Amino acid sequence: MAKIASAADLKKFQEDYKAKVAARKDKILVNVSLATCSIASGGKAVMEAMKDEATKQGLTNVEFMQSGCMTYCHSEPTVVVTLPGKEPVCFGKLDDKSARELVQKYLKTGELVENVIPVNYVRVEL
Amino acid sequence: MEVAKKQLRIATRNCGFIDPENIEDYLGVRGYEALANAITAGTPAGVIDEIKKCGIRGRGGGGFPTGTKWGFAAANQADQKYVVCNADEGDPGAFMDRAVLEGDPHSVVEAMAICGYAIGASIGVVYIRAEYPLAIKRLVKAIEDARAYGLLGKNILGSGFDFDIELKYGAGAFVCGEETALIRSMEGSRGEPYTKPPFPANSGYWSKPTIVNNVETFANIPAILVKGAEWFASIGTEKSKGTKVFALAGKINNTGLIEVPMGITLKEVIFEVGGGCPGGKEFKAVQTGGPSGGALTFKDADVPIDYDNLLAKNSMMGSGGMIVMDEDNCMVDIAKFFLDFTMDETCGKCTPCRIGSKRLYEILSKITHGQGTEADFEKLKSLAVNIKDTALCGLGQTMPNPVLSTMNTFADEYIAHVRDKKCPAGVCSDLLEIVIIPEKCVGCTLCARVCPVNCISGKVKEAHVIDQSACIKCGACIDKCKFEAIVKK
Repeated sequence: MAKIASAADLKKFQEDYKAKVAARKDKILVNVSLATCSIASGGKAVMEAMKDEATKQGLTNVEFMQSGCMTYCHSEPTVVVTLPGKEPVCFGKLDDKSARELVQKYLKTGELVENVIPVNYVRVEL
Repeated sequence: MEVAKKQLRIATRNCGFIDPENIEDYLGVRGYEALANAITAGTPAGVIDEIKKCGIRGRGGGGFPTGTKWGFAAANQADQKYVVCNADEGDPGAFMDRAVLEGDPHSVVEAMAICGYAIGASIGVVYIRAEYPLAIKRLVKAIEDARAYGLLGKNILGSGFDFDIELKYGAGAFVCGEETALIRSMEGSRGEPYTKPPFPANSGYWSKPTIVNNVETFANIPAILVKGAEWFASIGTEKSKGTKVFALAGKINNTGLIEVPMGITLKEVIFEVGGGCPGGKEFKAVQTGGPSGGALTFKDADVPIDYDNLLAKNSMMGSGGMIVMDEDNCMVDIAKFFLDFTMDETCGKCTPCRIGSKRLYEILSKITHGQGTEADFEKLKSLAVNIKDTALCGLGQTMPNPVLSTMNTFADEYIAHVRDKKCPAGVCSDLLEIVIIPEKCVGCTLCARVCPVNCISGKVKEAHVIDQSACIKCGACIDKCKFEAIVKK
């Protein structure tokens, strides 16, 4: 990794990062909430189940990432899936079975499954 | 499904969106840009000016204007100054700071460096409770990564500004969230508060000028500097700017973390964001400010939530716990619950807090056991007011708030406990009877079989009877009865 030695370096890094994000636009992004509470409610097991099921279903363009609290304690564990060219969708109350179903249906065919959590906030983006 | 978007996320803008263990994700959302701009193109006075102009007040609960505080520390001459992040979150049911630290640790790291630049400090310390292992792990990784990228350490971005951060672990004492006790604990002494002045901004950690800010306050700073003070000041009410993160817990459908603009009403928070109470139960009250705050009720539903309005309602903003109660919660019992907590957490240094909390608890306990008299009301009140006036630190001064606030708002419940020896919510077991309604009882014998003390008698297919002298009011029979024939009275 390169050191950021000046404000100009930081600008350049931001540009490079944008290019990296753009290069991922054809991928299915799966963002699993893994804060302490999400892990306690089974977030890690959900991530493993989805990875396993994606392999079984022959899905090769899925990228997994972890993030912190998604704020939906009432529906943990939660996962946000972004299909190429679509808005992110948040799914909650997942377990091994429903996580696999999520891969079989939404990730593979785009068919929605139960427990979609509507976005109820405006996020300030810098 | 389209839902109303009442929430605005500034402090939690990255939580759930970026990988907290990947500095590149944070840099990609204009992370460290505010720091870079400040140290390469700005001045310390310019930063403080922006923070003053935006109007942000301390999010730990006190609500002191952050820019003013930074200004005090900047004005002091010293060979060393310190920036301290208070991550000793301890209110029951509150987890805002943990969510920020686990979801977006770099925003706190960046903001601490900005504060260091503004006041002339080169060392930052995060005081974090040891019960947050994942937050600690992610914060440590964030600090190490920032160092590796040259965003912490010597001569950051070639500007000549040095700043580094270390961690100190709290051992779980609630009082150590109070800034003077926190400083004592960081120095290796007992976590006991001391009298202010001197304020930490003048003489704090190792008697040097020290800024102590809460996690959430820091998390706002980079956004304020990138988007501008005017933008931030346009959100919220006249005297409380920006947003507040609350942990919505208790008898509410949408439990979770919420971030709402200051000035939102209680009604909007409980019914629109929170989705009301589960099971169609009636909303009764919400406790804000944790054990230091008070209860707001339906009467306050249209009050815009900000620092000053909550104080006027005998409650306080606090760090952001919101515990929702429904018709099944007894308010005397709730006050007793919070007193039990503060009685346990008082450090014992000053008499009003150490002994006062115990005496308050004893009187409340007497009332919930049906042994209270009307003279106890006067005792409770005068004791509570005296503790407020004489306790040394914020813990003691605010500890009687749950008692005063519930006595004020739910006087009828206190009276029912003392005069009628009844608990209207059916919580205090000494004040209620569990009875079988003969008309509804079919004599199935289920209750008699489940009763742990065998105090239910009756023949098969005939109405059963509970022997009140033996009943321990465990409620097992109520849960078992399929005919709703057993009730609390």
